[in-house]
Amino acid sequence: MVDAFEVPDAFKVDLIDDRAHLRFRDGAAHEEPAVTLDAFLAGQSNATAVRIEPGDDARALIPHLDRLALVEVSFPTFRDGRGYSVARILREAGYAGELRAEGDVLVDQIPLMRRCGFDAFAPHAAVDPVVLKRSLERYDHVYQKAADAAVPVWKLRHG
Amino acid sequence: MRLVTGNDLASGDVVWWTGHGWSRHIADAGDAGERAEAIAREEEAARRVNVPYVIEASETPDGPRPAHIKDRIRALGPTVRPDLTLKPADALAGDWVI
Amino acid sequence: MYKYDEYDQSIVDARVEEFRDQCQRRLSGELSEDQFKPLRLMNGLYLQLHAYMLRVAVPYGTLNARQMRMLAHVARKYDRGYGHFTTRQNIQYNWIKLEDAADILAELATVEMHAIQTSGNCIRNISSDQFAGAAADEVTDPRPFAELLRQWSTFHPEFTYLPRKFKIAVIAAEEDRAAMRLHDIGLQLLERDGVLGVKVFVGGGMGRTPMIAPEIKDFIPADQLMSYLEACLRVYNRYGRRDNIYKARIKILIHELGADKYRAEVEEEFAQVRQLGIDPPAAELARISAMFAAPAFAADDGAVADRSDPDFAVWLDQNVRPHKQPGHAIVTISLKPIGGIPGDASAEQIDVMADLAERYSFDELRVTHAQNIVLPHVRIADLKVVWEALTEAGLADANLDLISDIIACPGLDYCALANARSIPLAQKIGQRFADLDRQRDLGELKLKISGCINACGHHHAGHIGILGVDRKGTENYQLLLGGSGAEDVSLGKITGPGFDEDGVVDAIERVTDTYVRIRETGERFVDTYRRVGMQPFKEAIYG
Repeated sequence: MVDAFEVPDAFKVDLIDDRAHLRFRDGAAHEEPAVTLDAFLAGQSNATAVRIEPGDDARALIPHLDRLALVEVSFPTFRDGRGYSVARILREAGYAGELRAEGDVLVDQIPLMRRCGFDAFAPHAAVDPVVLKRSLERYDHVYQKAADAAVPVWKLRHG
Repeated sequence: MRLVTGNDLASGDVVWWTGHGWSRHIADAGDAGERAEAIAREEEAARRVNVPYVIEASETPDGPRPAHIKDRIRALGPTVRPDLTLKPADALAGDWVI
Repeated sequence: MYKYDEYDQSIVDARVEEFRDQCQRRLSGELSEDQFKPLRLMNGLYLQLHAYMLRVAVPYGTLNARQMRMLAHVARKYDRGYGHFTTRQNIQYNWIKLEDAADILAELATVEMHAIQTSGNCIRNISSDQFAGAAADEVTDPRPFAELLRQWSTFHPEFTYLPRKFKIAVIAAEEDRAAMRLHDIGLQLLERDGVLGVKVFVGGGMGRTPMIAPEIKDFIPADQLMSYLEACLRVYNRYGRRDNIYKARIKILIHELGADKYRAEVEEEFAQVRQLGIDPPAAELARISAMFAAPAFAADDGAVADRSDPDFAVWLDQNVRPHKQPGHAIVTISLKPIGGIPGDASAEQIDVMADLAERYSFDELRVTHAQNIVLPHVRIADLKVVWEALTEAGLADANLDLISDIIACPGLDYCALANARSIPLAQKIGQRFADLDRQRDLGELKLKISGCINACGHHHAGHIGILGVDRKGTENYQLLLGGSGAEDVSLGKITGPGFDEDGVVDAIERVTDTYVRIRETGERFVDTYRRVGMQPFKEAIYG
């Protein structure tokens, strides 16, 4: 049961099972249930969706990236930042599928997560789209090269 | 006696539960008894106080005296800057802390 | 000095508005304290014993007169007329209102200052050598690298929710004036075969488990530094412990893995990361370095300071150091008057120091990790007039590196984490050793006091260290001997059972008396301690 509506420009909100999913990519959300990393690696399934827990080694997915459509990264608490590195590692390895942050994801964290390569969010607590839009548009410039398309200021300075 | 204390959300000032509101002066503090934890929860939820907690104190002729030095310093102000405490004119106020 | 361009200014201005928005959401109740806390901490706002405390960044300890005057202005307008300079080269204000915080940041932004990442589990303000750009012994000025690091670490998307806080220091001399190896990462710039590079130490720190950082990389060319650090941090972010806040610093990870295993992990990560084009081009380092070019020093006029005033002569000997430019000197202004509060300065004193910097030090000041202020480029011919102005402002104590030049954390007078007060103890020790001749006879003696095990007062790194603990509700102090935060880095050892406030002052005196009795010619206190060990001191203290 997917009911989508547009929020100003940058992203859209899908309601999946009554929960707001924020999406920054085209196409419908991938709805196949994600399997655990262990189950995926054991090869019991032809799953195209995997769920990564904070302690999991995301590098183990690298040989299989071309058959994955969704990697869901779990954030049991907003303080646990391991998932940011998971996202960077997968994007650096060329993963182009949906990368979803799920769990205790706060509105003030989403801009940083976007920079790490996340393009979908399933926060446990509702995110105010107006506040989110404001924070996504707040910074015109960034200092570092990351997994997004933002151009670091050193590049702007020197071409 | 049991006191509820915390800081004012906007100003950060140290405040004490009086029984019906919050005061900057520990002399106004009232015994919250067994209701202390509930008061802390309710008042924090209403944003009338920030990070409240419950402490033990003794009743003295000069008013409540917290059991722990940390809360006595909170009640008065920094012992090394008497001019910035709540009793700047009282040269001996620092003795109450120790 | 570094000067913002439109990009830097736009980022800092945006940060002010972001924080204004976050404060408003907290005041309106949209954010709980639990959610707001990491957000406010990442902008240096604490809730302390008496009020909110705001820690303002002084990147690598360098600032100009205009910025210094802004610090005085903030002290007057939003605080209670003073500020506290910290062991990480920052300044703290103790009486801040949440409703004022965004306005303060907006004012700071007008002079290219901020409070970004002065707390929180992120990469903190980069610290450096307070004599950078002035010291004769440096390979290069470390500050352009510190500025590169500042930019790289500011809102780093991957490293803002690390297991724990992360502190980086960068130096470029053999003499370590920044306690480099007691940082999560310590960087030492050096030149090898004509290539500028960095020796990388990882996993140092104080706190409840003090450790000296082992060398992890002998030499990384400077143009690969950011990639290498990205690899260091990523290994930490992935594998650092998150189950126990007291075991979450990178030093514990390296201790548990072993330096070799950590190094191998970093190398593996680095092999990936170095291909990503993370390092800014050489032109960016050149752009920044140009802003740190040496000021237009006057030609050496052969001036020699007139030592006829004995007080001035003592100050020259104690607080003035040679400069790499003939005819100039480095002046350290002591914020440690006898009986005063270490690191505190009034708004008026801050203004005086700003004026002196503008007139006599090419508009530059430095904050030191020992909580003093430096005028880095003073003409020898101007030393006397500078000293006279400092004397007038109560800032001319001639006690640099002596026993009364005490590092002390704010302790239980201000800090919500403290177990005991630090400042009154510093005051008592200062008073006991107030006689300057006696202090100078004792020579270099670094005394450092922390009011709790978190070690903000660097007690592990003191020649004499003091740790305040809570002993059944009363303040108790443990004494440590033999630490050092300098290039002869070492960790102090506890002498034995603790003392009350007066007891620890007595014990220190027994230690210094013992030193005077048994020292050999030319030995500092810490040298004697290293030669004879703890035993003679222990006997003197405990009988």
